[in-house]
Amino acid sequence: MTTEQILFYILGGGAVAASAAMLLPPLGKSPIHSAISLIVSFFFLAGLYALLSAHLLGALQIIVYAGAVMVLFTFVIMLLNLRPDETQEPRITAGKVLAGVLAAFVVGKVVTVVGLASAGAKAVDLAQPGYENFGSTKEVGYMLYTSFLVPFELISVLLLVAAVGAVILAKKSLHYVDRPEPPPSVFDQEHAHEHMHTQSGTDHAGDTHAPHDANAHAASHH
Amino acid sequence: MDLIQHGFLRGIAYGLLIITVVMTATAWGMWLERKIAAQMQNRMGPMFVGFHGLLQPVADMLKLLQKEDILPAGADDWLFNLAPILTALFAIATAAVVPWSAQIVASDLDVGLLWVLALGGIMVVPVWMAGWASNNKFALIGGMRAVAQSVSYGVPLVLTSMVAVVFTGTMSLSGIVQFQMAHGWLIYWPPGPGIIAFLLFYMALLAESNRIPFDIPEAESELVAGISTEYTGMKFGMFYVAEYVHTMVGSAIAALIFLGGWDGPFHWLPGLHWMVAKTVILFVSVYWVRWTLLRFRSDQLMRLCWLYLVPMSLALLVFAAVWVTYFAA
Amino acid sequence: MTSIPLHHLLTLGALLFCIGFIGVLTRRNILILLMSIEVMLNAVNLTLLAFARYNGATEGQVLAFFIIAVAAAEAAVGLAMVLAMFRLKQDVHIDTMNLLKR
Repeated sequence: MTTEQILFYILGGGAVAASAAMLLPPLGKSPIHSAISLIVSFFFLAGLYALLSAHLLGALQIIVYAGAVMVLFTFVIMLLNLRPDETQEPRITAGKVLAGVLAAFVVGKVVTVVGLASAGAKAVDLAQPGYENFGSTKEVGYMLYTSFLVPFELISVLLLVAAVGAVILAKKSLHYVDRPEPPPSVFDQEHAHEHMHTQSGTDHAGDTHAPHDANAHAASHH
Repeated sequence: MDLIQHGFLRGIAYGLLIITVVMTATAWGMWLERKIAAQMQNRMGPMFVGFHGLLQPVADMLKLLQKEDILPAGADDWLFNLAPILTALFAIATAAVVPWSAQIVASDLDVGLLWVLALGGIMVVPVWMAGWASNNKFALIGGMRAVAQSVSYGVPLVLTSMVAVVFTGTMSLSGIVQFQMAHGWLIYWPPGPGIIAFLLFYMALLAESNRIPFDIPEAESELVAGISTEYTGMKFGMFYVAEYVHTMVGSAIAALIFLGGWDGPFHWLPGLHWMVAKTVILFVSVYWVRWTLLRFRSDQLMRLCWLYLVPMSLALLVFAAVWVTYFAA
Repeated sequence: MTSIPLHHLLTLGALLFCIGFIGVLTRRNILILLMSIEVMLNAVNLTLLAFARYNGATEGQVLAFFIIAVAAAEAAVGLAMVLAMFRLKQDVHIDTMNLLKR
């Protein structure tokens, strides 16, 4: 067993464990803990990428996924102040059974078919001439600006469109059908939650006037 | 055992050494800052513990270790405890790729600069975790401000460091220094854009490490102590240490990519001396600025970033690309 | 030479993909759904990088780069939609999004 293999099993096991923890009860119950365990999983994956001589991709993984995407996720989760899921989900649904069967099928398929097909696969020796720069920033960058120039430009357009779309979607002034009153701000939500807890057991009528009550509550403090 | 032959163990040994040195230097960096601040305000600063208060950092640490560990009511204990550890971890991890001289480097990645920027960018996660998990308004506002500021100022920070990358054609920190040893430091060659890029980088660095004039996330007159409001004892200490380590590593990076790293005017001194001298000068200047200037308002801060720093760094980047394509030999 | 067998890498990718897949099919919280999709995209990335490493082909890394960019765009738009939806329904569970049913 080489150091590389040991590292692979540690990192791979960690990535699988962290992604599974994202969905399974102890952490998976609360969205924010899910998000944190997903960040951990991304770190393991970044390590795996580095192990596969893709240093640039490993660094990008951390910058883009852990640094930007997951920051957005945690920011949204925390601002929406989502509490752990205490909803009455049925234990076993048709969807869950289907998911399990399909997942087992895909894993089984890959392990058997690909395992058989790639059993004797030999990796290219990166020491031999022509491969010294494999995975280096220069090589990836060169390829991005030559053979993949059009997709690269399209991606930049896509990112621009996504940025504009995200801003428009997140704007407050969208008019929806039967839109309820404006959402409570972060600070009102703290009170709104207290309010909901005092009225636990009531239906959704409770939280539609919660912001209003919370404002009154806050005002009475002054 | 191939990784060990490739310097796996050597990397670990250097890593431990560099972490120890950086942490020690950070401790006395705090002492130095207090002394400078005191001189600027015409007072003495720490004087009692050791000669001119030289043992003050040790005393501070002992004090922090003895303090009660308090978990606020309603706090999310898991995140609350994890945040300071992660903050300190990320701050120290950036130190791993900083080459202090041609030989003294724990891990000379070919994407070293990107690694530093990545870890600097991800520092917002634990900061925001701390702000939210404390279940405290001041901490939450501090965390929100910290995220907004660090995400915004991350843009000019990355863009200005990309200016250096475009000029030198490499992302490896030691590669950037070697280029500067051959072609002159980036701060004065090519004339003009180098120094502007350096100044922009320096400003973005101040903002990234939450230093005055960009320290609204912990503006003590409005937010008590921002994200660290609810933290006590060593957990508070970790935030404190992380902040200083971040500033120190940031100064080292600025010295590496704009000031020529371990290159000096004469070469009979080992490169380490020049590197340390440049880092310390930048580190001190951060505190000089801190104790001189006032604090921006939140909206002024965002306007400065998006209306001035980002367009300027974009223009610099375009200039750098044009220069490299048409003027560089 | 890398000493990691190719089919171990592919199996790891398949496992991660299925974890994401199960998440998409079983959870009702949109945020968890989006996160599961990120896991699936990462599994694909891992597979691409494994093949790139085995064939010495940088193209695989470029494709992984594109996937990361698409994932970032997807997360930004997806989260903006979650915000809009939360504003509408005060909830982020997909089964409350049934306006078209009425």
